[in-house]
Amino acid sequence: MTAALLTGADAKTEVPLKRRLRRAERRRQAKALALVLPLLLFLLFTFAGPIAGMLWRAVDDHEVRQILPQAVAALASWDSKDLPDEKAYAALASDILAARASGTIAIAAKRLNYALNGFRTILTSTARNLKAAPEPGTAKEALVKINPAWRERTTWTTIKDASGPVTGFYLLAALDLTRNVDGAIVATAPDQAIYREVFARTFLISLSVTALCLMLGFPVAYLLATLPPGRSNLLMIFVLLPFWTSLLVRTCAWIVLLQSKGVVNDSLHWLGIIDEPLRLIYNRFGVCVAMTHVLLPFMILPLYSSMKAISPAYMRAAASLGAPPLTAFLRIYLPQTLPGIGAGSLLVFILALGYYITPALVGGAADQMISYFIALYTTETANWGLASALGAVLLLATVLLALVYGKLVQGQQVTGGMKN
Amino acid sequence: MSDNSSLRTPSQRIAWSATIVVSTLVFIFLITPILAIMPLSFSSGSYLTYPLPGLSLRWYDDFINSPRWMNSLKNSMIIGVASTLLSMILGTLAALGLAQWKSRFKPLVLAFVLSPVVVPGVITAVGLYFFFAPIGLTGSYLGLILAHTALATPFVVITVGATLQSFDTNLARAAASLGASSLYAFRRVILPLILPGLASGALFAFATSFDEVVIVLFMAGPEQRTLPREMFSGIRENISPTITAAAVILTTVSVILLATLEGLRRRNERLKGSGA
Repeated sequence: MTAALLTGADAKTEVPLKRRLRRAERRRQAKALALVLPLLLFLLFTFAGPIAGMLWRAVDDHEVRQILPQAVAALASWDSKDLPDEKAYAALASDILAARASGTIAIAAKRLNYALNGFRTILTSTARNLKAAPEPGTAKEALVKINPAWRERTTWTTIKDASGPVTGFYLLAALDLTRNVDGAIVATAPDQAIYREVFARTFLISLSVTALCLMLGFPVAYLLATLPPGRSNLLMIFVLLPFWTSLLVRTCAWIVLLQSKGVVNDSLHWLGIIDEPLRLIYNRFGVCVAMTHVLLPFMILPLYSSMKAISPAYMRAAASLGAPPLTAFLRIYLPQTLPGIGAGSLLVFILALGYYITPALVGGAADQMISYFIALYTTETANWGLASALGAVLLLATVLLALVYGKLVQGQQVTGGMKN
Repeated sequence: MSDNSSLRTPSQRIAWSATIVVSTLVFIFLITPILAIMPLSFSSGSYLTYPLPGLSLRWYDDFINSPRWMNSLKNSMIIGVASTLLSMILGTLAALGLAQWKSRFKPLVLAFVLSPVVVPGVITAVGLYFFFAPIGLTGSYLGLILAHTALATPFVVITVGATLQSFDTNLARAAASLGASSLYAFRRVILPLILPGLASGALFAFATSFDEVVIVLFMAGPEQRTLPREMFSGIRENISPTITAAAVILTTVSVILLATLEGLRRRNERLKGSGA
C-alpha cells in the first residue's frame, strides 16, 4: 500500500489524494477476493459442481434419444392420438437393429421400463426376433407380429415421452405423479405410490425428534445458563462429550442398550417390571431415541447462548413490579428465548431431514427416511434419475429451511460474526 | 444452587428443583450410552451383556491383530490429516480475505462457503459419486480427501473468521508503518495471534473427516475403508465386542480433541482477560 502511494506520487503529483486512496482500496479489495477465490474454485469442483450434476440428472433424458434416434425423430410430428404411421415403425425397426449391433438396447430398455412396466421385455424380445430390416411397407406388420404391444398406443407414447432431451418424469415420479397416455398429470397407481408416504414419514420423524429435543433441551439449557459459570462449565461436558463422540459409536451404543438382550431390557427384567423383553430397537421408537440423542446438543447449544444473553435484571424487574413468577417467566423470559428456540428447532429439523446412517442401522423397513431411498437408487438399483429427483426435493426443502434459519440467526454468532 | 438470589417463593423453588431433576435425567440420557459401551470392550466373554463374565483385553488384541481394522484406522488417519491440512490452507486464506472484503455479495459468498455443512450428507455423497466416477476419483484416497476437505473447510472459515473478528487490525497497521512487508507482518504479528483459532479450526476439520461415513460409504473402495465405515459394516452384520473396542478407541480420540479444544478456549480467555 505504501509502495502504491509512493509510485503514484512519483508519476503524477497532481493526482488527487481521494482518487489515490480509492485506487489503493480497490487493490486491497482485489487482494481480499483473490484470497477467497481458491476456496470458491475448490468448492465449485468438489461441491457445487457435483450437486448441479445431480440436479441435471433429475431432468436429463438422453438414453432413448441417443439409442433410438430415428424413431424419436419420426415421433416428433406424431400427435399421440392414433397409432403412429408406417414411417415410425420402419424407423424403430432400423434403430433396434442398430442398437442390437452396438449392444445398447438394454440401456434404452431400462429407461423405458421405468415409465412402463414390462417395456424391457417388449424391446428385448423385439430385438431378439427381428432378423433383418423389414421390407418397405411391412415394418408395422413385422413388429406387431413379434410383439402385439406395438399395436398399443401407450407403447408409443412411452417412447415419445422418453425422447428427451429433458424430462419431468423423474421429478413427477418422486411426488407419486405420472403422465397418462394423453399426457395429463395423474396420480401414480396406488401400489407403486410410495414416495409421498416416505416424505410424510421423514417429516414426521424429524418433527418428533425436534419436539423431543426441545422438551429435553430447554430445561438443560436453562440450568446451564442460570448456574454460576464454574458449575455450568463442568456440566457442559455432559453435552459436549456426546457432541464430539462419533455418530457410529453412539448408534452402536444404543443398539447395545436397547436390543432384546440389551442393558435396558435386562435391567427391567431384573427389576421384575417385565417378563418378556420389550422390542425397543429396529422400530420407530429406536430411531427416535437414537436421533434425539445425536441431535440434542444442536438444540441445547443455541438455546443456551440465547438464554445466556438474557439479563437477570429483567426477571427481577418483573418480580419487583409484582408479576407472579409464572407470569414473569411466560411474559418476560420465554419471549426472549424465542429466537434461540427457533434457531435450535430449525437446526435440529434440518439435520434430521437428511438423516441416513441412524435410521439405516436402528430402524426397521417402515422407518427408513428419504435419504435411504436416495442411497438405495444410487447404489443398488442404479435408477439414477429417480435418486436425483428425490435428492432434488430433499435439497429444496433443506435450502428453504436454511434460508429461514439464516434470517433468524442473522447477526448472531453462527456465521462467525463475519457479516458486517 | 442456593446462591440463586431470585428464588423467593415456594413455587419458584419447586420449579427450580424440577429443572434440576429433569436436567439430571437428560444428562443421564446423554452420557449413559457412551459409558455403557466402554466396559463391554474389556469383557472376557463374547456377549454384549452385563454382568461381565470377567475382564480381558482380548477384543483389543483382536482389533490390533486384524488387518481390516488396523487398515481402517490407518485410512482414517491418512484422510483425516490430509483433508485437515488442505482445508486449513483454503479456509484460512478465505477467512483472511472475507475479513477484508467489502461487497454486497459477501453474504451470498459466505452462505455458499458454509453450505456444505447444511446440505444433507446423502446429497453431497450422491453428487460426488456421479461427478467423481467418470474421472476416476471414486475408490481413491484423493477423491475422499477432496470430499472431506469440502465438508471440513466451513468449520475452519467459521473458527478462523471468529478469531480474526476479535483481532485488532491496528496491530497490522502498526507493523506496516514500521516497515514490515505484508508477508512479514502476517508471519510475525498476525499468525501468532490467530494461532489458537487456527488450532481449533484444525481440530474441527479433523473431527469432521474422522467421523464422516456417508461419503465414504459411497466413494471408498475396499482399500480406502475408514474406521467409521468398518464400524458401519460391523453393526450391520453382527455386533461383535471388537466393535466396542473400536468404539472406545474412537471415543478416546474424540475426548483428546475435545480436551485440546477446551484447553485452547481457556488459554484464549485467559489471554483476553490479562489483556483487558
